[in-house]
Amino acid sequence: MAENSNLPEQPALLPPVDIVEDAGGITLYADLPGVPRDKLNVYVDGESLVIQGEMGLEMPRNLEATHIEVNLPRYRRVFTLSKELDAERMSAELKQGVLKLRLPKSEQARPRRVNVTAG
Amino acid sequence: MDFSLFPRDLFAEVERLQRQVQQAYDVSPSIRGFGRGGYPAINVAGTPDSAEIYAFAPGLVPDTIEVQLERGVLSISGTRAGELPTRDAAASVHQRERFSGRFHRVITLADDLDPDQVRASYREGVLHISIGRREETKPRRINIA
Repeated sequence: MAENSNLPEQPALLPPVDIVEDAGGITLYADLPGVPRDKLNVYVDGESLVIQGEMGLEMPRNLEATHIEVNLPRYRRVFTLSKELDAERMSAELKQGVLKLRLPKSEQARPRRVNVTAG
Repeated sequence: MDFSLFPRDLFAEVERLQRQVQQAYDVSPSIRGFGRGGYPAINVAGTPDSAEIYAFAPGLVPDTIEVQLERGVLSISGTRAGELPTRDAAASVHQRERFSGRFHRVITLADDLDPDQVRASYREGVLHISIGRREETKPRRINIA
């Protein structure tokens, strides 16, 4: 998870994501099958959240592909963060190819009920 | 063409277009349709001794994956639990792209594979199945006396 932006422009797969927001923050799930922990790179660059991962599959030698649906060995996806999210307190978990990112909202950005008064 | 009424995610639109173009021009090599964009995505490769299948199936519980090989037809099935909140939970879903639910993919392999020599492992969300070829069908060098 170290900040590292080498070779950002290599062609990469766009991983599918689910993004859910609750009162405390945003949870992002991304499918990154084949990416081991040490080849996953999640970082914040200015206002962007970058998710990058390289696959680490061990392949036998003399392998000849006969059918390919996954044609690139890396994933990359970038999101624009919004101000109320506290990227400093972001937590990440990678389990069986699924990345779960939790982006909490900063304290002052928690929802507050606005009272509507009758005029 | 079914463009969404309120296009808000350019990536999703481009992906949809890509799928349509692929559907229009992709000539499927098999009746089981090796379609792109399914879950799990599958790569198949071969060596002189084996067939190697990689199914990109993130987020499964290993014991619940069912793999069957019968007369050169491999089937992979299972269920992936969704992580999205239920309808009444106090949360909103901004993006929903990941597969959830029951899946079943069937692929036709070469018929020289030995069903007694199958090894399967599941690591980092990739199911790797290696199937050995039968001895008698391996290419053999013939010595000329």
